[in-house]
Amino acid sequence: MDLAGIVLFFRRLFRRKLVLFATLVLALIVVLAVLAPLVAPYSPTGMRVANRLKPPSGINWFGTDEFGRDVLSRIIYGGRASLGIGMAVVIASMLAGTTLGLLAGYFRTLDGIIMRMVDAMMSLPDILLAIFLVAVLGASAGNVVLALAIVYTPRVVRVVRGSTLVVRELPFVEAARTIGVSTWRILTRHILLNVASPILVQATFIFAYAVLAEAGLSFLGAGVPPEIPTWGTMIATGQQYADQAVWVVLFPGLAIVLSALCLQLLGDGLRDMLDPKLRKAL
Amino acid sequence: MLVAIARRLAGMLAVMFIVATMVFFLTRLAPGDPASLMLGDQATAADVAVLRATYGLDQPLLVQYVLWLKEIASGNLGQSIFLQRPVLQAIAERAEPTFFLALFSILIAALIGIPSGIASAVWRGDRLDQAVSAGAMLAASIPSFWLGLLLIQFLSVRLGWFPVAGYGDPGASLGMRLYHLVLPATVLGIVNSALITRFTRASMLDVLSEDYIRTARAKGISEARIVLRHALGNALVPIITVVGLTAALLVGGAIITETVFGLPGIGNLVVSAVLRRDYPVIQGALIVIAGIYVIINFAIDVIYTLVDPRVRT
Amino acid sequence: MAGLLDIASLEVRFRTEAGEVTPVSGVSLTVEAGRTTALVGESGSGKSVTSLAVMGLLPRPSGRISGGSVHFAMKSGGAVDLASLPPAEMRKLRGSEIAMIFQEPMTSLNPVLTVGEQIAEQVRLHMGLGSAAAMRRAEDMLGLVEIPDARRRATDYPHQMSGGMRQRVMIALAMSCNPRLLIADEPTTALDVTIQAQILALIDKLRREHDMGVLFITHNLGVVAEVADAVTVMYAGEVVESADVRTLFRAPRHPYTRALIDCLPARAAAGPGGRRIVHSIPGTVASAASAQGCRFAPRCNHATAPCHAAPPALERNEAAHLIRCARWRDL
Repeated sequence: MDLAGIVLFFRRLFRRKLVLFATLVLALIVVLAVLAPLVAPYSPTGMRVANRLKPPSGINWFGTDEFGRDVLSRIIYGGRASLGIGMAVVIASMLAGTTLGLLAGYFRTLDGIIMRMVDAMMSLPDILLAIFLVAVLGASAGNVVLALAIVYTPRVVRVVRGSTLVVRELPFVEAARTIGVSTWRILTRHILLNVASPILVQATFIFAYAVLAEAGLSFLGAGVPPEIPTWGTMIATGQQYADQAVWVVLFPGLAIVLSALCLQLLGDGLRDMLDPKLRKAL
Repeated sequence: MLVAIARRLAGMLAVMFIVATMVFFLTRLAPGDPASLMLGDQATAADVAVLRATYGLDQPLLVQYVLWLKEIASGNLGQSIFLQRPVLQAIAERAEPTFFLALFSILIAALIGIPSGIASAVWRGDRLDQAVSAGAMLAASIPSFWLGLLLIQFLSVRLGWFPVAGYGDPGASLGMRLYHLVLPATVLGIVNSALITRFTRASMLDVLSEDYIRTARAKGISEARIVLRHALGNALVPIITVVGLTAALLVGGAIITETVFGLPGIGNLVVSAVLRRDYPVIQGALIVIAGIYVIINFAIDVIYTLVDPRVRT
Repeated sequence: MAGLLDIASLEVRFRTEAGEVTPVSGVSLTVEAGRTTALVGESGSGKSVTSLAVMGLLPRPSGRISGGSVHFAMKSGGAVDLASLPPAEMRKLRGSEIAMIFQEPMTSLNPVLTVGEQIAEQVRLHMGLGSAAAMRRAEDMLGLVEIPDARRRATDYPHQMSGGMRQRVMIALAMSCNPRLLIADEPTTALDVTIQAQILALIDKLRREHDMGVLFITHNLGVVAEVADAVTVMYAGEVVESADVRTLFRAPRHPYTRALIDCLPARAAAGPGGRRIVHSIPGTVASAASAQGCRFAPRCNHATAPCHAAPPALERNEAAHLIRCARWRDL
């Protein structure tokens, strides 16, 4: 895609002001997480017990936790783990799901097996499958990524397989096959380019679900170990202090809500733009 | 018709078979030997060997797998390591709160989702539509445990309107038990309403652009009747599907909410089994929950035939 | 002379993403009680939009009647201007005074209601009958449109019927409250040729027996010759010619009407070797919004400089023969 194409892409995407706003907020959250050491007002681990459970103030905007640590700084650092895990889940499930979806859509023989597996996995609630996988793999950040990637792969498989089934019957794919273009090339070039937009939309939604699911797993004690600050572990460790200091629970949760909401708004905007049928309806 | 049913049943069995297979082999990936886990740290090697033999754990993996499938097929989900009772019994004891929670949650979700989805479709593009869409996305962005914690904090702890946690004392009346479900069901209802709202809106939009809606308008029928009788009647099949599947997923998907509200349900059973590595319970619960999903899925197909005359005749 | 339906200088506008468009402007036509007026034009000429405007069924909120009048003589003897009627009043007329049948019988009936229910619903609404009486009326109507075994078929769902049957049901529905005006929008286009003839004959019979006016919308001049008493030809959102059916076929004055008639297979001139040449009109309907001069000029064999410069007015030749062409006297 050339520069003019990219400019046009974003101009159309941001025609809805809400999508633009969501993207800006999301970018802000990501920048804060990436630049955490530079922007966080305090150390995320600096304990000052004398200062514990202080309500939000000019000094500690979001208050302090049970060890006197600055909640805002921990949220900024926590974003690194929460968003990092979400991103890793997206990448892993996209790679696995796209591969399996292409195989299922293009090779009739593999279709039955792959789709039965997908059906089986989708017969279990996401969080239940995730907690089971973490249980057998062991609770660590890496295994949370692996477990959630496995949980969300079937969704990608369905989308990619569906698009592949449509695209493989299109004349140009047929034509490529007749002139002897290799199957691998057809898959990677022709079909992949055409299924790119539904995958992109799916990716933003999976990102949002993964952030939520990571928080849920960490909350259940079956996710990231509590000593690593993520938005989920902050709520999990903070819940017993909610009576005295609701802010230790409130603000990390708002960070999750805001991130997930902005991701979904962005995904919605992408879908409106990329799906001509929906665009016509609006 | 019979062929269709047979094919449907075969598909259900295939899904269950794959779930069982997946659960079996993944569990074997877990670190630690089930027998030593069962006996604890104090066990001698001899004790472990005896137990391994009784449970068939000394057999080759494939033999174990086949034996296990046989057990499941005959309805035996095994014995809990920590609860000293059959897995199926443990699940049955925990079924009531989970069942009522799923039921009330789906009712609340449908009561929020269906009307707002309809309104959103009817006034497509208006402020109301945008507000509903944004609201649905917001609902889908809320971590249920966080909303639960906040509601407990404000409505239960501070205002004292609802119990803080649990399912009532042993022997509490049904009304009292259900009273404990008000907050958790509200949380799950809100969070799960998002998908129902979006589906309702999408299928109503599809239907409202159909030719027969124009015919209904040409008959002089009121807009309200067109929407509620002519359009909703046709949009019902996809709406029933999404409500049914959401309900099915709520049976096992309420884990987090059950934990926050301390409800002794199936989700709670699974979490404690995970934390204690009680693998027979985890396996059994997964199979039961997948089974419920598959059965509800089948039930939805049956309901189709009642709602849609094109399927019926 | 006031007819049953008098449309005068009707103009319809749509708001679109690209700004406002005017798919219909300057449409005037008359339907007499007990007679059929055909509204003819290619797809995109604005004939369906005109019919939806009369029904008050323009898509909301994007479409609206922005000019002209639509006078309609009601059963009670009073007259109303449908163009300015409040929506609630318009709704009372739909189905009772004015009924409509559509092009697509396969999709125009609600698939989850029996055909009897769908007719009875309208009867209950407009005639105030109870459920049982309304259902009996629905059965009678199915009999009226010559559906065999009407009582039993009333409990059928649309998918159990053929396309021709469903169009009969649509006609039964339309007739069920004795409307004064029937708008038929390409009612036979989607049907087999043999069924087409039956449906045309049925509509014609009902028109005669019930003294009902029919506004028959079609792109098919062959059908026009069969059913119409008067004809209005539309092009690019405007009426270009209207006359009684004999005049129009015998002495068409507008180049577009002539071209349409030349396109009829029966009129095709014998070419070399005795083979008939089927004519076609070059080009497509121009976008109504973009025209500056005569809208047909870009496709017209007789167009001269003035034709491209200024839009022609709708001029009167004789009593009921109107032509919108700057050169109609010369041709």
